[in-house]
Amino acid sequence: MLDGFSAEILARFQFAFTVSFHIIFPAFSIGLASFLAVLNALWLWTADNTYRVLFDYWKKIFAVAFAMGVVSGIVMSYQFGTNWSTFSDRAGPVIGPLMAYEVLSAFFLEAGFLGIMLFGREKVGNGLHMFATAMVAGGTLMSATWILSVNSWMQTPAGFAINEVGQFVPVDWWAIVFNPSFPYRLVHMVLAAYLTTAFVVAGVGALHLLQDRDNKASRKMFSMAMWMAIIVTPLQIVAGDFHGINTLEHQPAKVMAMEGHYDSHPDGAPLILFGIPNPAEKRIDYAVQIPKLSSLILKHDLNAPLAGLDTIPDEDEPPVAIVFWSFRVMVGIGFAMLGLGLFGAVQRYRGRLYDSATLHRAAIAMGPMGFVAVLAGWITTEVGRQPFTVYGLMRTSESLGPVAAPAVAASLIAFIVVYFFVFGAGTYYIMRLMGMRPGTEPKLSEGPIRTAGITPAQQTPSE
Amino acid sequence: MEFDLPFIWAGIIAFAVLVYVILDGFDLGIGILFPFAHNKKDRDTMMNSVAPIWDGNETWLVLGGGGLFAVFPLAYAVVMSALYMPIILMLLALVFRGVAFEYRWRTERWKWVWDWAFFGGSTMAALCQGIALGALVQGIEITDRQYSGGWWDWLTPFTVLTGVAVVVGYALLGATWIVMKTDGAVHHRMRDLARPLAIVTLVFIAAVSVLTPFQDFVYFERWFAMPGVLWTLPIPVALLIAIFALFKGLAPGGHDVMAFLASLSLFMISFIGIGISFYPNIVPPTLTIWEAAAPDESLWFTLVGTVVLIPLILGYTAYAYYVFRGKLDPEAGYH
Repeated sequence: MLDGFSAEILARFQFAFTVSFHIIFPAFSIGLASFLAVLNALWLWTADNTYRVLFDYWKKIFAVAFAMGVVSGIVMSYQFGTNWSTFSDRAGPVIGPLMAYEVLSAFFLEAGFLGIMLFGREKVGNGLHMFATAMVAGGTLMSATWILSVNSWMQTPAGFAINEVGQFVPVDWWAIVFNPSFPYRLVHMVLAAYLTTAFVVAGVGALHLLQDRDNKASRKMFSMAMWMAIIVTPLQIVAGDFHGINTLEHQPAKVMAMEGHYDSHPDGAPLILFGIPNPAEKRIDYAVQIPKLSSLILKHDLNAPLAGLDTIPDEDEPPVAIVFWSFRVMVGIGFAMLGLGLFGAVQRYRGRLYDSATLHRAAIAMGPMGFVAVLAGWITTEVGRQPFTVYGLMRTSESLGPVAAPAVAASLIAFIVVYFFVFGAGTYYIMRLMGMRPGTEPKLSEGPIRTAGITPAQQTPSE
Repeated sequence: MEFDLPFIWAGIIAFAVLVYVILDGFDLGIGILFPFAHNKKDRDTMMNSVAPIWDGNETWLVLGGGGLFAVFPLAYAVVMSALYMPIILMLLALVFRGVAFEYRWRTERWKWVWDWAFFGGSTMAALCQGIALGALVQGIEITDRQYSGGWWDWLTPFTVLTGVAVVVGYALLGATWIVMKTDGAVHHRMRDLARPLAIVTLVFIAAVSVLTPFQDFVYFERWFAMPGVLWTLPIPVALLIAIFALFKGLAPGGHDVMAFLASLSLFMISFIGIGISFYPNIVPPTLTIWEAAAPDESLWFTLVGTVVLIPLILGYTAYAYYVFRGKLDPEAGYH
C-alpha cells in the first residue's frame, strides 16, 4: 500500500507521525504537573479540602497521560538513529549532549519522584510529598528547556564548526544552547502547554458545572482555568508575535510561507487572512487581504518592504500550502481562546461564572483546542524550515540513513496501528476519568493510585 | 594530566547499560512471568511491586540511547541502522508493557487485554534486547561511516540463542525480585519457579560463552591467550561464587535477598565478560571507542554535568527504593 514512496518521504512521515503523537502528551503533562503542584501547595497552605479533591482527581489523569508520554518519548530517543542515522552522525556532537542533559536532568527527576508523588504521600509525609510533586513539575519544565534548545539549534544553528568528516562540532556551548530562536520558542511552547492544560481543565469543569453547579471542586477548577485563559492567552499572543519577528530575521522563507507571500512587496505587504495557495502558479487564489497590515505586524511600519518567495530559490522553498493553513489554524484558535477568556471575565464580573450554560458549552467546545493549536504550531515551524534539518546547512534528503523503503514502510505501518490502538485506548480511559464528577469517583477502578485501604483484590469479585 | 575522555565515556555508557539491564531486567521479568501467576490477585501484587519504580528503571534505557547519541554518535548511527528491526520491535513492545501499568487499573472488561500486553510486551522487549546483543557480538559491517550489511543480518541461530537467554535471565531476575518483595502464595510460586529458571539461565550462559569465541577469532585470543587470561580468569571464579550464592538463597529456608542479589551478580559478571570481549571496540569487529567518539568539546561538556548528576540520580533513585522498601503487604496496597 505504500509502494512508490521513497524511503525519505516514508521516514519523514514516520518522524512526523511519532513526534506529533508524542507532543500531545508533554503539552498536557507539562501544564498538568505544574497545576498539580499548585493544587497540592494550596491544599497544604489553606487546608481547604477542595484542593485535595482536585489534586486526587487530576493525579489519576496525569498518571495515564504521563505513561503515554514516557513510552512515546522512548520511541523518539531512538527515531533519530533508526531512520536518520546520517543526521545523527553529523549533528550528534552538538545536539546529542543537549539531549543527554535532558535525560539526566529531567527524565530521571520526573521518573524518580513520580512514584513518590503518585503512591507515596502516606509513606513520606506531606512535606516530602510536596517536594516530590514540585520535582516532577520542575522535571517537565527542564525537559522542555533542553529539547526546545535542540529544536531551536536545528532551526537557527549557532556556535559550531564543521570538521573534516563533515560533523557539526561544538565551539561555543553558550551560543549553542542559547541560540537565537531558543528563548522565543521556549516561552511560546511552555505558555502553549499551560494554555492547553487550562482549556482542558476549563472544559472538564464546565462539563460538571452543567450537571451540578454547586460542586465545589468543579467551581474551583473552572474558576482557576478561566483566570489562566484571560491572563495567559494575551501573553501568548504577544509571545507568538515576538517569535514571528525572530523567525522573520532568521528564517524569512518560513514567514513568507506562513503569510502566503509568493511575491515581494516593495512598499507595504498585505495581510492575507484567507485564500487558497496555488503552488503551481505561485499565487494565493481568492485571497481576502488587508493592505499593508503584514508589514505593520512584522516590521511595525505600514510601508516597510517585505520580500516574497520569489527571492528564494525553488529548491529551498518550504511547502507553502501546509504552512499557510497550519499557521491560520493556530492563530485562529489563539484568538478563539482569547474570546473565551474575555467571555469568562465578563461573566465573572456579572457574577454568572458558574451559572452561564452558554459559557460552559463554549468552554467544553474549546476544551481540546489547545492540542490542535500546539500541533498546528509545530507543523508550521517544522514544515516551514524544510527542506533542511539543520537550517541552511544540512538538507533533509542528506540526513537519511542507509534505510530501504520497505523497512521504513513496514515500521511506519506498525507505528500507526500500535499508536492508534494504544493511545486510542488511553485517550478513552482519560475521557472516562474526566467524565466522573470530582469527589464522586467510584473507588472501583482506582488501581494502585489510591490513598488508603482499598486493594484491587477487594475491588474485584474474587475468582 | 591527560584524560582519555572516550575511555571514560565508554565506562559511563557501559555503566548506564548495566544499570538498565539489572533494573529493567527484573521488572521486564515480572511481565514475562505474568502467565505463571495463579490469579488476578497475584498479578496485582506482582505489578504493584514495581509500579512506583519501573519508570525510573526504563529511563536508563533512554540514557543508554541518548548518551550513545551524545558521545558516540557514529556508533549510535551505525547500530540503529544495523539493528533497525529488533530496535523498532523493542520500542513497540515497550509501548505496550509501559501503558499496561496504568491501563490495567482503568478497566475491568479489558483487563485481560492489558495483562497480555504486559506479558507480550515484556517478553518481546527482552527477546529483542537479547537479539541486539547477539547481533553486536557477531559484528556489524561498516563502510564509509555507514552500516553496509544486510537487512536480516541480525537474525541468526546465535542471536536467537542470546535472545531467548535474555528472556530466561530476566525471568529469573523477576522471580527472585518477587520472592524478595512478597509473602504468601505468590512468594512460594515464584520460589518454585526460580530454581528451574536459574538452571536454564546457567545453561544459556554456558552456551553463549562457548559459542562467543567462535563468532570472531579475536574473542578467542582475548579470553585464552596471555596476558589477557590474567584479566579473564577472575570472571569464571566470580561466576562460581554467584552460582553458589544463588542456589543457597533459593534452597529451602534460604535468604530471599541473597537469591535476588546473586541473580543480579550473574548479570553483572556476564556483562563484564561481554565488555572484555568487546574492548577496545564499541561496535565489533572494527569500530573502536576512539573512532566513534564525538570531539572532546562534546565529551567534556557532557561529562561535567554527568559526574554531578549521575550520583544525584543514584541518590534519589535509592531513596525511592527505600521509601517502597520491604515486603509488599498484598492486603494493604500503598499506604
